[in-house]
Amino acid sequence: MPELIFQIAIIVTKIVILTFIVVLPLVPVSVYFERRFSAVIQDRVGPNRVGIPLTLLGFKKDFHFFGLIQPIADGLKLFLKEDFTPAHVRKAFYWMAPALTVVPALITVCVVPFGSPISIFGHVEKLVIADLDIGPLFIFSVASLSVYGITLAGWSSNSKFPFIGGVRSTAQMISYEIALGLSVVPVLMYYGDLNLSTIVQQQADHGWLLLPLWGHDADHTLVSKLLFWFPAAIAFLIFTISIFAETNRMPFDLPECETELVGGYHTEYSSMKFAMFFMGEYAAMVIGSALIITLFLGGWSIGFGLDARVAKLHIGDVNFGGLIHMGCFLTKLIGFILFFILVRWTVPRFRYDQLMKLGWVVFFEAALINVFLAALIVAAPELKGTIIGIGAVLLVIVTAAVIWVAKVSDETPKILRA
Amino acid sequence: MAIVKLQRPKLNFGEKIYFGALIKGFILTMTHAVKTLRGKSVGAESLASSGLGITMQFPEQRWDDHLPEYYRGAPALVTDEQGRERCVSCQLCEFICPPKAIKIIPAEIPSDDPWAKVEKRPLEFEIDMIRCIYCGMCEEVCPEQAIYLRKDYLITGLKRADMVHDKKRLYEIGGTRVGLVNKWNELK
Repeated sequence: MPELIFQIAIIVTKIVILTFIVVLPLVPVSVYFERRFSAVIQDRVGPNRVGIPLTLLGFKKDFHFFGLIQPIADGLKLFLKEDFTPAHVRKAFYWMAPALTVVPALITVCVVPFGSPISIFGHVEKLVIADLDIGPLFIFSVASLSVYGITLAGWSSNSKFPFIGGVRSTAQMISYEIALGLSVVPVLMYYGDLNLSTIVQQQADHGWLLLPLWGHDADHTLVSKLLFWFPAAIAFLIFTISIFAETNRMPFDLPECETELVGGYHTEYSSMKFAMFFMGEYAAMVIGSALIITLFLGGWSIGFGLDARVAKLHIGDVNFGGLIHMGCFLTKLIGFILFFILVRWTVPRFRYDQLMKLGWVVFFEAALINVFLAALIVAAPELKGTIIGIGAVLLVIVTAAVIWVAKVSDETPKILRA
Repeated sequence: MAIVKLQRPKLNFGEKIYFGALIKGFILTMTHAVKTLRGKSVGAESLASSGLGITMQFPEQRWDDHLPEYYRGAPALVTDEQGRERCVSCQLCEFICPPKAIKIIPAEIPSDDPWAKVEKRPLEFEIDMIRCIYCGMCEEVCPEQAIYLRKDYLITGLKRADMVHDKKRLYEIGGTRVGLVNKWNELK
């Protein structure tokens, strides 16, 4: 009995710390970085004045704190705003929709491995809330629930622009979920395991998927790793772009932008409900980045063979190497978030038909062919040369056929008469 | 007007793939970011930036040194070299002021005063700075060259009463202006 209570206490502690102290504060941090980094890209300064009003306490000058208090000020503003419900909305769905957007994003934090296991007085603890053996599947299935949130928001607002925005966003998110799932299959085939902690541990030992420069041994020869780099890179590209589309982020933010003049599916929402949509979008961005880093860039691993040494660092009986790995993970995460922001200001947004075409025609086919390519490369050491040759030829034929079908079925625009 | 048919440019394979353009775009954006952080963005010198991008950060740096000569700030009344107040309360500025910010009560100059020739001066002259739109029409219309728009733009106050500039304040802001046409006292 005490054993059970101890276990539950540990899980609750992990939930509280990892979700509410590590991930949820990353949302205001990414808002801050969004505003600052966007400003720096646009040759301006960004918020740098909201600080601690020390003059109120009698000091001579306020300390501006580099504007880090800005997200807190934003949150406070949204909290204190009047939270009204328009008369014409469907109340039940109107109230449910923001929750359905935020909650799935936060639930998916459970399976992300934040660091290598730490041990306190002999008790080893993994830095992941739920070490499920179906990691990525769990994330995909739970993240799909947030589509409901957007659909309900658009529909319950009982108004033209939110409805169109909601419908477009739903269609976009569903379209890119296929590419999302398919593009991960090569990685899972390579590792043979869906457990995210195992995947990261393997990357720490034998080289990141995209940077396989250490940990060579008989099972993981450099040649095989470099050969697998090609399907892995294609998978990385398709997966990253699909994550952009899933989180409604530039250049796929047509649902919340073209009607951005009005606001898209969150037009009719104010204060805290709008804040929840906002939080849901940024949390999804954070989790998406976390997943990309975990699968392709080594998760918490520092790389180059140093992980074994870091994992052994200890003061007395407390092994704190895992915390250093968590710091590495968070650094990579923030780097990726900065990349998201960079893409926002680099790429103009796609038109809706271009977006759908990319999702169904380009990425779906590319992910599918990538699966076969990866299968061929992973199985190559075990097959005879002729079979590999036949497989390669078949792959080329299938690729050519797919490209031909896509080209032929593309409607050419009719020539306008003078 | 003739109808011009525009053809969509044919993209070659490299352009359709879009990745090359993406990489170029990333380099462009990151160059901007790096230049901004170093304070060397294009135009930082001429726009007197604060060292981060091309922004002049307000309370620490002001635009006051770069104000053009024709800048319209707060209106003020001027005195001339001999200490005479130039305003003769003709009320032309009051009538032309679009938001009716100026209120004048004209008064007589008594006959034993050295400037009795001028006959009128304002008893009270108030400009409500909340109403003033800094258009400069009062300066344009004044026949005595008495009211000018200065370069001062930070007019603030904590009460509505504080924002009304009375005659004393207006002469204080205006000061003395030399080199104007002296109708009433030709300097020989």
